[in-house]
Amino acid sequence: MGLHDGAPVVIEARGIEKSFRIPLHRVDTLKERALHPLARSEYRELHALRGISFDVRQGEFFGIVGRNGSGKSTLLKIMSSIYRADAGTIRMAGRLAPFIELGVGFNPELTSRENVVLNGVMMGLGRREAQRRLDAVLDFAELRDFADLKLKNYSSGMMVRLAFAVMVEADADIMLVDEVLAVGDAAFAQKCMDVFRDKRRAGRTVVLVTHDMATVQGFCDRALLIHDGEIRYSGDPEEAALQYFRLNFQGDDGRSRDPGARGVPDVNVHVVDAWLENEVGDRVGSVEQGDPIGLRVVLEARQDLEAPIFGVHLLTETGATVFGFNRTLTVEPGARELVPAGRRVRIAGAIENRLVPGRYYIHCFIARNRTQGDLALHFVRLLDFDVYGTRPGPGSVSVRTDVEVAIELDPAQAPAR
Amino acid sequence: MSGAGLELREVRGPSALGGGWRRSLELLYLIATTEFRRSYLGTALGYLWSIARPLALFAVLLTVFTQAFDLGDRVVNYPMLLLFNIVLFGFFQEATTQAVSSIVSQESVVRKTQFPRLVIPLAVVLTSAFNLAVNLVVVLVFLLVAGISPTWTWLLFPLLLALLFVFTTAVAMILSALFPRFRDTAIIWSVAATALFYATPVLYPLELVSGRLQDVLALNPLTPLFELARKWVIDPDAPGPVAAAGGSAALLVPAAIFALVCVLAVWIFNREAPRIAEQL
Repeated sequence: MGLHDGAPVVIEARGIEKSFRIPLHRVDTLKERALHPLARSEYRELHALRGISFDVRQGEFFGIVGRNGSGKSTLLKIMSSIYRADAGTIRMAGRLAPFIELGVGFNPELTSRENVVLNGVMMGLGRREAQRRLDAVLDFAELRDFADLKLKNYSSGMMVRLAFAVMVEADADIMLVDEVLAVGDAAFAQKCMDVFRDKRRAGRTVVLVTHDMATVQGFCDRALLIHDGEIRYSGDPEEAALQYFRLNFQGDDGRSRDPGARGVPDVNVHVVDAWLENEVGDRVGSVEQGDPIGLRVVLEARQDLEAPIFGVHLLTETGATVFGFNRTLTVEPGARELVPAGRRVRIAGAIENRLVPGRYYIHCFIARNRTQGDLALHFVRLLDFDVYGTRPGPGSVSVRTDVEVAIELDPAQAPAR
Repeated sequence: MSGAGLELREVRGPSALGGGWRRSLELLYLIATTEFRRSYLGTALGYLWSIARPLALFAVLLTVFTQAFDLGDRVVNYPMLLLFNIVLFGFFQEATTQAVSSIVSQESVVRKTQFPRLVIPLAVVLTSAFNLAVNLVVVLVFLLVAGISPTWTWLLFPLLLALLFVFTTAVAMILSALFPRFRDTAIIWSVAATALFYATPVLYPLELVSGRLQDVLALNPLTPLFELARKWVIDPDAPGPVAAAGGSAALLVPAAIFALVCVLAVWIFNREAPRIAEQL
């Protein structure tokens, strides 16, 4: 936080209102309109957005989260000039590339070549410029071999790849992205995240609507939680994610809606401190490849924790879990496994380090039994650190192997099988 | 990085020409040429199909109206007039019929981008206009073969084409803007377009119609266009719209209707354009 405080505001929304009229008795033919000229009054107003105001600064990675129907996609559509707001103003600086409902507006009857050029012109490029961009898009989407295939013959995965490539290569100042990470395989999700990171580094602004809280917590600088068309929370992505979970699993009265649900989020701990130590006890921000990772965490219980479980997960920069382990509270034999409210617990020890050089995150899940079968979960992001070394490798870990490569015996001399 | 572009500008939402004239024209041209090329290169007999329809209709109607009714003897160059009229009206009918559902069938574009809404029906009209241009070349060949000699008034014909284009565009705008809200627009229009085919002097010249019916035809804005086209291109001795309508004052009514349709088109389209995405 505070990283972008000095940066200029590139999106400024003030008092955005939007309502849709849902006809109770749908009149969508002229005949019905003619027979019931007064039927117009039979509408139910659905207030999708009620006075939304926020700012996004240049270079920010801004998350918009909320449950289905909360209005977040409507907000994105107003920002992208697809819907018109009933009231309020949005002002933006720079060129905009929207990615809505997994697409950028393709015509399925046209080939991807035609669609990409058309989209380029729509984004404000000249025709020749759009033609030039075509190659870059097809390469990024890895669809060069399918350039002249009509889009209706594309698989949904290919379609999303092409759409995403078009958006990325538009090289806009602001990217508005709706749920891109929900589809596609892991490799595609990885590619998306790489792109977002590169764009952010280049000073571009990314607004991401998502349900994936790991992304929000891992990447967003700030997040906006929308509920029933209103802003519930704005600011720290960690807190936004937590409140989102609460909205999802609890009614407004605070009780669990679905008693059988596992993993009801609940605030039950506070991270006092979390750091890594080297072998002589100094705090470090990076670890040499192969050296053990000395983890030290101090948590404070905000309420009584009965039989808590502490799950430590180590993740790559892209949010993929490399490994994790669970620990229960160590107590004297026969004693109750209880952390009373206000008491602190310490998670400490060494973790074997087989990680290849790169950046990693450590997350912690704290769970406790609330009632029968009802697990209260609390997720916290503890720290991130670098592993440095000279043996980079594919993947995230290097493991001991006993594999060798040798020249195969000449089949003529080898005994026949 | 766009240091210069950092001035906040208001987002005004979708509109008929969102993004400005230049971009809209560029898109219009791109879509229409793409569509046109596709319909001609897509199938082996591409172009033949597009002229086959008016020619087949021409053959049928020519047989009926020269054999069953003796129009062939009563109207100068009747076969050529018929072919000419069918091609002209074919443009109007094809463009407007396809325009009705054009915005809805481009749903993914409308729902996901701030694509200038007006470009969609306009592209349909423009594609049909390309077709018309090609068909007119064929008609020209027929005319010359049939022994109709070119006159200087042929040079005025593009003016009529421009008026026909404007009227077609206006109707296309109204239909495409209404269809997302009133889905029976398509059915109503298919009937109305057929009625209009008979209420326009396509099959017969205006002077052969008498009494009440002529008064009705005189209201149709397409009537003077077709009558004038006949006089300028096919038969210089034809009465022309003024004489057929009985004085230039009578032309004021179709002219007023023409203007009204155009004004209505702009008004309806501008009113509906910002909301179209919500109604899909």
